[in-house]
Amino acid sequence: MSSGVKAEWPLYEVFVRGKRGLNHVHVGSLHAPDDQMALLHARDVYTRRNEGVSIWVVRSTNVLASSPSEKDPLFAPSGDKVYRHPTFYEIADNVPHM
Amino acid sequence: MTQVVDERELEASFERTIAHNDRIEPRDWMPDAYRNSLIRQIAQHAHSEIIGMQPEANWITRAPSLRRKAILLAKVQDEAGHGLYLYSACETLGVSRDDLTRRLIEGRQKYSSIFNYPTLSYADVGTIGWLVDGAAICNQVPLCRTSYGPYGRAMIRICKEESFHQRQGYELLTTMMRGTDEQRALVQESVDRFWWPALMMFGPSDEQSANTEQSMAWGIKRHTNDELRQRFVDMTVPQAQALGVTLPDPDLVWNEERGAYDFGTPDWDEFWAVVKGDGPCNAQRVAHRRRAWDEGAWVREAATAFAASQQTSEVR
Ligand SMILES: [Fe+2]
Ligand SMILES: [Fe+2]
Repeated sequence: MSSGVKAEWPLYEVFVRGKRGLNHVHVGSLHAPDDQMALLHARDVYTRRNEGVSIWVVRSTNVLASSPSEKDPLFAPSGDKVYRHPTFYEIADNVPHM
Repeated sequence: MTQVVDERELEASFERTIAHNDRIEPRDWMPDAYRNSLIRQIAQHAHSEIIGMQPEANWITRAPSLRRKAILLAKVQDEAGHGLYLYSACETLGVSRDDLTRRLIEGRQKYSSIFNYPTLSYADVGTIGWLVDGAAICNQVPLCRTSYGPYGRAMIRICKEESFHQRQGYELLTTMMRGTDEQRALVQESVDRFWWPALMMFGPSDEQSANTEQSMAWGIKRHTNDELRQRFVDMTVPQAQALGVTLPDPDLVWNEERGAYDFGTPDWDEFWAVVKGDGPCNAQRVAHRRRAWDEGAWVREAATAFAASQQTSEVR
């Protein structure tokens, strides 16, 4: 009974801004035939109770992710730079507001 | 210089993550058995949400008021949403959505056997909300801390919504209990039918449960079936008293020493028969899902064709 178009709808990642002043946060994924439908599906699936004021959808294939197995080398540059943290600096107790 | 990543090293790092109660995320290395066990459990859970729409949707067109109809529609729509959250979590393990659907309609994967019981009166809508969603909450709250990140996050979303499900059901029953004798009898009759199947939702007893031990070692499950069943009974008995119904178990009695209720043994022969396909509605539930899938094929295909035509017209 089908015309032979067998492919599954592509996967989209969904990001929702919970309220003004907050970042968009990844909430999950869904399938949709195109970008516009992905946005509508995201509204129905992820914001049935006013969970958001803004939605982003992006094709999952367009997300470039770092590899977990390369975790250590990728983040190594920040690993040994303790001087980037305020706690690295010792300030006398009698210095106020710092 | 090539560094051969040792399988044992990967396994050790996986075990460390589990031991620290940290979460495993989709692209992490994980043992095949862990992956397969998760796929089985999450898929079964997703299928249950999707099949679980049917017994209640049966009453949408016959809801006794507009208020009840709006509530029931919203509840059934939530269950669809729960299925979608869970399918999306399951897909992060490398199975496709279509494949999961096929496994369901070809009977290769199971769903909760509670949904193979029929809904014979509107009181069943209330009883399902109270007992079935209530049992689901008992099962699901600990799963928010499950070791697989996407599954836990889906469970958090679901648990937030379940409380509405249980409360609307209990409120419906309360309303009927304030009505006529006939309405009260409908509630009692419904509770009589659903009590034991609700207790079976926690799965076989611990000695009979093949997967529990390994699932607990992996942090997928946090409590045994019997622990959760006991918790559910202890929470539900006072609710039944407040409602004014009796639970159909002559052995149900408070045990001072244990600080918990003793209760009878579910009919496990019935449980296994329903699991194996011989419940009152097994064939009907799967046939309905298959029909919806087949009859929706042209919509999926038309939307795909439309998206493709939009893309080519953009290129021109
Ligand atoms: Fe649900
Ligand atoms: Fe529910």
